[in-house]
Amino acid sequence: MAVTDTGGAGAKRPSRLFRNMSAKIASIPMIFTAVVVFIGCTIWTIYHSFTRSRLLPAPEKWVGLDNYERLWGENRWLISIENLAIYGACSLILSLTIGFVLAALLDRKIRFENTIRTIILYPFALSFVVTGLAWQWILNPSLGLQNVVRQWGWESFTFDPLNNPEIVIFGILIAGIWQGSGFVMVLLLAGMRGIDEDIWKASRVEGIPTWKTYIFIVIPMMRPVFVTALVIISSGIIKVYDLVVAQTSGGPGIASEVPAKYVIEKMFQAQNLGLGFAASTMMLLSVLVVLIPWAYLEFGGKKNG
Amino acid sequence: MADATVNAAMTGPRGPKPKKAFSSTNIIIYGTLLVVCMYYLLPLYVMIVTSLKGMPEVRLGNIFAPPVEVTFEPWVKAWSEACTGINCEGLSRGFSNSVWILIPSVIISIAIASVNGYALANWRFKGSEVFFTILIFGAFIPYQVMIYPIVILLRESGDGITWFLRIFNEDASAFRLMGSLSGLVIVHTIFGMPILTLLFRNYFTSVPEELFKAARVDGAGFWGIYFRIMLPMSLPIFVVAMILQVTGIWNDFLFGVIYTKPETYPMTVQLNNIVNSVQGVKEYNVNMAATLLTGLVPLVIYFASGKLFVRGIAAGAVKG
Repeated sequence: MAVTDTGGAGAKRPSRLFRNMSAKIASIPMIFTAVVVFIGCTIWTIYHSFTRSRLLPAPEKWVGLDNYERLWGENRWLISIENLAIYGACSLILSLTIGFVLAALLDRKIRFENTIRTIILYPFALSFVVTGLAWQWILNPSLGLQNVVRQWGWESFTFDPLNNPEIVIFGILIAGIWQGSGFVMVLLLAGMRGIDEDIWKASRVEGIPTWKTYIFIVIPMMRPVFVTALVIISSGIIKVYDLVVAQTSGGPGIASEVPAKYVIEKMFQAQNLGLGFAASTMMLLSVLVVLIPWAYLEFGGKKNG
Repeated sequence: MADATVNAAMTGPRGPKPKKAFSSTNIIIYGTLLVVCMYYLLPLYVMIVTSLKGMPEVRLGNIFAPPVEVTFEPWVKAWSEACTGINCEGLSRGFSNSVWILIPSVIISIAIASVNGYALANWRFKGSEVFFTILIFGAFIPYQVMIYPIVILLRESGDGITWFLRIFNEDASAFRLMGSLSGLVIVHTIFGMPILTLLFRNYFTSVPEELFKAARVDGAGFWGIYFRIMLPMSLPIFVVAMILQVTGIWNDFLFGVIYTKPETYPMTVQLNNIVNSVQGVKEYNVNMAATLLTGLVPLVIYFASGKLFVRGIAAGAVKG
């Protein structure tokens, strides 16, 4: 995603206003999207998170941090945040670990590599709704996996995450990992293939075992790929919405609520726009926490050096 | 001859040590991969098996068991009879809605993004890189931040267009963007733009500059070069973009819920409403058939496109 400056001929042309007019007209949709939608709408939402607006259009009243205070005092939001933190941490660790192990296995010059990769990646092509519903059925306590294991003779076997408020988020995690880990694997595999074959020859000459080569040589060399994967997975985690809606609808009760769902419900069902704007601004803030250090690492160094 | 044999015997065999087919490492690798593949295939298998059983057989119960009596009735029912609340017309309407959302969205978003990418690669102007950078960073903004202002934008521009139409014809019916398919098409075009523009920009940047210069010397302008040189050269990237957009738009749920109304709900939204509907007896076999039907389009594209799909999803990830 780096901005490479291998310019076309256009870069060398004098840039008076009417020079290059076709290109400017052709770029209007992009300029509109960038300025009006991405910047304009974001600022609009942030501004309105400081006003009391239950239903627009209505006279706005500046209320300062009122909405934020109410937001952080609400149990539903706190549960959402807690769920996102648990889901996010587990999903990051698991998908990176699973993705890396699978990539390393596929990297071992095995047969049927294409077939295996196709199988591992196909969930990624599916909608989150499809994934959520499929796992809802598999985790069904009376007819699904739990029932089958009991039929096999393990009568006391209990695995019913979707109806247990304590562990429901892990039920969603299983589905999320199933869908997303293949993508991480493909990313990491591409990075692994980019490593010089000579590194492997050298470590073989030195007699370093394969697993040690992976952990102490390959992983440090793949730092940029890991960072990219990290940014992509985290921005996906914050957006988690359809998976929860399909799999549990936030239930049982409000045990599996997530921020993205909280925002949509406040805005379009509870008609409490102020809280919705405040919550979405918090979401933006959490993205910036990931994005700014990344952008600094990625682009900051280039400008200075 | 004899010398060579003696030499070979002295130095031992050359080349890498031949690998045994059944070394313990190999058994571990293939064994692990087999288990992993089974885990990934399991939900698909369960969905297929369940959708082919009758309800009594589903209730008796083993979700992993293949159907004793294969029936396609759940599929028929999911397609044409399944209920969302009081409305019982199956997934077919969601399917046609999705198709009517998909076709214009894919065409318009790719047309706009490819021209944008072309302008960014070959016809830079002052500020073009700034807008592009905003666009790329905008891709990371959670949709929830922008969703409500866009509702207002769509509603207001719909009113504006109505006002404009009524200048010419006083009886013109009200034009709506919010809640209509055209509004959703605009939203998909906007949110598909960052990744597609990046894809096309990187591709057009890699086209040899000499080609571009030669066309300029021959007097071709912005559109001439785009249509006569760039477009014919870049068929593969258009296919990649299409795969990306078709699966992305088909799988969308959030925008479908917010920017359409029940008559225009796309397939994913309707599927969720059917399966999670609280009324009536749960028919798991019909639900699974409906789920498979919804997943069918992206799955077919995925299995048919193979490596191009991987290229598409990696486009935004691998550094350009």
